[in-house]
Amino acid sequence: MERIKSGKLIHVVRSVVLAMSLLLIGTGIMKQEHTEVLQKAVKICLECIGIG
Amino acid sequence: MCVPVLNCYSCPGALGACPVGSLQTALGARHHFPFYVLGTMMLFGILLGRLVCGLLCPFGLVQDLMHKIPVPKWSVPKKIDRPMRYLKYAVLLGTVILLPALVVTKTGITPPYFCEYICPAGMLGGGIPQMIANPALRKLAGMLFSWKVLVLLLILLLSMFIHRPFCRYLCPLGAFYALFNRFAFYQMSLNERKCTGCKKCERSCPMAVEITREINSSECIRCGKCKAVCPEGAISSGFMFNNLKPYGDYRAYGTRSRRR
Repeated sequence: MERIKSGKLIHVVRSVVLAMSLLLIGTGIMKQEHTEVLQKAVKICLECIGIG
Repeated sequence: MCVPVLNCYSCPGALGACPVGSLQTALGARHHFPFYVLGTMMLFGILLGRLVCGLLCPFGLVQDLMHKIPVPKWSVPKKIDRPMRYLKYAVLLGTVILLPALVVTKTGITPPYFCEYICPAGMLGGGIPQMIANPALRKLAGMLFSWKVLVLLLILLLSMFIHRPFCRYLCPLGAFYALFNRFAFYQMSLNERKCTGCKKCERSCPMAVEITREINSSECIRCGKCKAVCPEGAISSGFMFNNLKPYGDYRAYGTRSRRR
């Protein structure tokens, strides 16, 4: 019984986290955040390679 | 697009963006809530957990290869190993989240502290190749570059003696995915009826997980070595989408055994 309850709880947590992650990605795309990631990615990050 | 593993977008051959670097940029340079990056990290976390560390991470592969060098292997005593494992959570919270979010510099842009001072994957994948490919950059290398080379060499050297020291103690991305390991869709399970308690799985585990006690530990990187060595075939893994059914003789989610 305890195992079934634990399984149900985990199922709920999973579903909530999955829905939240999709919601966050959707919000981010609407706010054009994916273009920020691209802008950063196309440049050489000098700090990241130990310069700057 | 963020790829789920630790990588450096300064690498000359990079086709994706590092989630840790992107998170620091969103928090430190743009000073806004990182919806897109956090959502992407959570999506990979809930689907795969630390399977990302075990099977996808290029720096994990480098550490695995270093560990194959035939030198005496060290077993870190539990008294040191257990507290040290929390260090990666401090790195995640301190250098990736709090410092970029709270520190304000004169320019208004907070540097990516983890990338700048710690990340060995950035040095290996970005720093050294850029230095080889670009003579102009070589003239700019100073103390910081030397420090990062030292960090990289130290981690590579340690990898020869200890399995995946960076993943165990320092990786902030591993720490983030570890939060999802117990309830990610990808799970490990142990059949208690088949298990004879020989502990071959625990002896073979590169992350020193107590498999018979806590198979879905946050430290498990789902490399599958335990599954491969189990003589009884008691360990299985895969995507588990329906958890409403009881597992019967299967034990998952890190629950403790009733027998022990």
